[in-house]
Amino acid sequence: MFKKILIANRGEIAVRVIKACQEMDITAVAVYSDADRSSLHVQTADEAVYVGAAPAGESYLNIDRIIQAGKDTGSEAIHPGYGFLAENAEFVQRCEQDNIVFIGPNSRAMKLVGDKIRSRQAMERAGIAIIPGMKSALKDISKYKSAAEKIGYPVMIKASAGGGGKGMRIVYKEADLKPALEAGKREAKAAFSNDSVYLEKYIEEPRHIEFQVLADNFGNTVHIFERECSIQRRHQKIVEESPSPALEPELREKMGAIAQKVINVTGYNNAGTVEFLLDKDKKFYFLEVNARLQVEHPVTELISGIDLVLQQIDIAAGQKLAFKQKELQQKGHAIECRIYAEDPQNNFLPSSGKVLFLKEPSGPGVRFDCGVYSGCDVPVYYDPILAKLIVWAENRDKACRRMLKALADCVVLGIKTNIEFLKDLIGHPMFKEGKTTTNFIQKNFPDWSPPEKPENLKELALTAAAFNSQKSSLKGGRYGTEPKEVYSPWNKLGKWTIGGGK
Amino acid sequence: MYRIESKIDTKSGEYKKNHENMKKVVKQFQERLAEVQKGGPEKYQKLQRSRGKLLARERLDKLFDRNTPFLELNSLAAYDMYDNQAPGAGMVTGIGIMHGREVLVIANDATVKGGTYFPMTIKKHIRAQEVAMENRLPCIYLVDSGGIFLPHQAGTFPDKEHFGRIFYNQARLSAKGIPQISIVMGSCTAGGAYVPAMSDETVIVRKQGTIFIGGPPLVKAATGEEVSDEDLGGADVHCRISGVSDYYARNDTHALGIARNIIETLDPPNKFRLDCASPEDPFYDPEELYGIVPAALRKSFDIKEVIARLVDGSRFQEFKELFGNTIVCGFARIMGYPVGILANNGVLFSESSLKGAHFISLCAMRKIPLVFLQNITGFIVGKKYEHGGIAKDGAKLVHAVANADVPKFTVIVGGSYGAGNYAMCGRAYDPRLLWMWPNARISVMGGEQAANVLLTVKKKRMEGRKKITKAEEKAIKKPILEKYEHEGSPYYSTARLWDDGIINPLKTRESLALGIAMSLNAPIPDYKVGIFRM
Repeated sequence: MFKKILIANRGEIAVRVIKACQEMDITAVAVYSDADRSSLHVQTADEAVYVGAAPAGESYLNIDRIIQAGKDTGSEAIHPGYGFLAENAEFVQRCEQDNIVFIGPNSRAMKLVGDKIRSRQAMERAGIAIIPGMKSALKDISKYKSAAEKIGYPVMIKASAGGGGKGMRIVYKEADLKPALEAGKREAKAAFSNDSVYLEKYIEEPRHIEFQVLADNFGNTVHIFERECSIQRRHQKIVEESPSPALEPELREKMGAIAQKVINVTGYNNAGTVEFLLDKDKKFYFLEVNARLQVEHPVTELISGIDLVLQQIDIAAGQKLAFKQKELQQKGHAIECRIYAEDPQNNFLPSSGKVLFLKEPSGPGVRFDCGVYSGCDVPVYYDPILAKLIVWAENRDKACRRMLKALADCVVLGIKTNIEFLKDLIGHPMFKEGKTTTNFIQKNFPDWSPPEKPENLKELALTAAAFNSQKSSLKGGRYGTEPKEVYSPWNKLGKWTIGGGK
Repeated sequence: MYRIESKIDTKSGEYKKNHENMKKVVKQFQERLAEVQKGGPEKYQKLQRSRGKLLARERLDKLFDRNTPFLELNSLAAYDMYDNQAPGAGMVTGIGIMHGREVLVIANDATVKGGTYFPMTIKKHIRAQEVAMENRLPCIYLVDSGGIFLPHQAGTFPDKEHFGRIFYNQARLSAKGIPQISIVMGSCTAGGAYVPAMSDETVIVRKQGTIFIGGPPLVKAATGEEVSDEDLGGADVHCRISGVSDYYARNDTHALGIARNIIETLDPPNKFRLDCASPEDPFYDPEELYGIVPAALRKSFDIKEVIARLVDGSRFQEFKELFGNTIVCGFARIMGYPVGILANNGVLFSESSLKGAHFISLCAMRKIPLVFLQNITGFIVGKKYEHGGIAKDGAKLVHAVANADVPKFTVIVGGSYGAGNYAMCGRAYDPRLLWMWPNARISVMGGEQAANVLLTVKKKRMEGRKKITKAEEKAIKKPILEKYEHEGSPYYSTARLWDDGIINPLKTRESLALGIAMSLNAPIPDYKVGIFRM
């Protein structure tokens, strides 16, 4: 087993991985940029290394600096988290060259699944259904027109090198194709330094279903069931759950087997996710492989009882999978809500600033993976995820209720968050019925605004503050600092007068 | 440091008798204090409230940080004077905490003769300013006063330590960088107008505060002009037109909040650093002090028993234990602060004087605060001692006390007579604060001695003419004894500000600790001493 692991990430996922390392008596090394000097992951880690200026390109995406930090600290492995360098094949290669274990897939599999066009070709050859679309990117924009006609409108423009909604465009008619392509290429170039884009069939009202897989270095693979991640805004997931209300056991088994096949076809190892689209008629198409630990991995952990980060470390350390497919069970229901610093009223625009106060929800079946604390700054430079709230209960209905209560218990003051929006979303009748599709938010919350504040809010707040100030002086959250007190009888004696009693 | 070994038997009849007596004396003190702290007559309190104004002590509550001590000064000033018309001399003064720092507050009590100044009010005001000066405490004046109490003009107006001294002090304090802040919460007429005008920063309350050199009646008499209080010198006039005031407050509470904000903007005090330890309660129960001090002061008691109930862990490093033992000297800690203690165990001889002077030099050189516990009948008299130079040895002790510029604190726990008062840092020797226990006595000599001295003088004059009978002797002595009994009372003393207040013996330790903490706002200068007659 490793003695020291460097975590090449920040925020809640870095904290999550650091804690896993510490559980296993592995020294956890954090990296940080100028913007993250006092961030939670730096405080949680055993060691921390400065890797550059605040913009990600100069720090968390700077391969040289990260590798150097790994060497300088004597780290045997690097966990990339998600985002940043997690799916960067060049980084994986550099790790391999420098004899640092990359906790994730090997570079060849990474390269293959990372290239959407090549991976689709590979799937087609293996007889796995994919969404009708172009087989390769084209140089000449005019040639896309005939391709679009062949696929049939509406079509989706996607970046060859990317994910996360960057460069994505839906085109409903021919006239919009050219400007959409140009915009998509521009965005792809900015995001991935690669402007190649391709077209595919746009499936209306689909569900996003993905399967968690684990593969060790000895050819053993399992899938740990599905997650439904249909609730998305700006093509990014914000609510995930498992099991999916749309899957019957048979379909689950079928899709799971296909997911394992995808892993075998690509020579993939470690933890990964196979994404599918499921249409109204329960036909499913392979989308892509996410060659990383997913943001929403806790959902799978809660229903399966398997710690995916520990599994990743075990696999990377050369251990065999300790369980077989038939031993795995899906138990109860888990839901995750991603808590973002963003403004749901203003097209979910990211916000930043200081978290003045944080109250973490807790209780049976409530998990809070958090990257911030009372008094910390949320920098503008990175993905604005603050925390993930995950609940588990016996069934979907109870899980929804538990999530609503936990969201109500979760307080983040000082910056705009989507907590109120999530409450309305989970409480929505369509969500309760499980009618979740990828356009759920556009359809059901076209014009959301937060609930009216009670008229006597000010009085309530002042009353609460008065009670609170009796309890303690200006103590912040768990990392709030108290001014250092110099001893003086004046602070010690309390209410004291010369004539008073004893 | 070793612990003092107490020899007190708390089961003894004498202890119990002493305890009973002290309890009675303390209870009387607390009752008198409570009565005075009520302020002026009920009807004026109602009037004050009906005007939307807070009472003086309510204002202090809002001014200071919540749940913090208030070290009141001279609370029984003017006690039994002026037909008892001026409880507390119509003023509350003391030290409290604002935004964590010690400040000195002077608050007029408008329910007492409209907050006007009696001779003792002026003395109390000036004493408070003196405390501010010596300890570098920011001054907050809560002004609500009609100026001089006119029937007493002769005792209040022209002399050096009269009304004018208040403004002189404000100017001098301000020049030393000690902030002067006024809150005008009522009238500031004539001389009183200078308190806000002389201040660094001034707050005034709308429709309550007024400032003018001559009030409307005087203006009418002088010029025939008719003008209302508010138009002559209200908050709007002074904040918008004259510039006499800097901050405009809606009411008392708002004004006190503004004053707190002003304090918040000041530079933090640069406190003198003493070598402090963690505070520790005395090993012996301080409550036993009640049983130690005898009801009749003629009886002696071991002052080390008192020290054992005042200092941390009852631990005391006694200096020269075997030499000149009518004075007890030694090092100890009070709530963590290092102190040097001088305390009396009898009349002062040459040896004890020299020992005291030596010990004071140690503390002054090392910058350790001094605590004097007075129970002193004076210096030894007699041919043998005069020949031995008791005068020059006593002078050495007085020299050392006078020139020790470390913070000095004096507590009169028993008798305080004659030059012993001086040698043990009496009022004239500028202790930062001086308190009396309610059982204490203070006079130039004991009543009995004074009566006997006078009788001897009289006898000498009558010599050869006629013999004085026993009854005549008694008649001669009686008025003297009565006078000394009356004037030797701690209430007589405290009414005239010969001290900074009477305290419950159980509060001595805390009062000293608060006083030391407060005194550290001022730097401690190096020790310089004059010429000792050798």
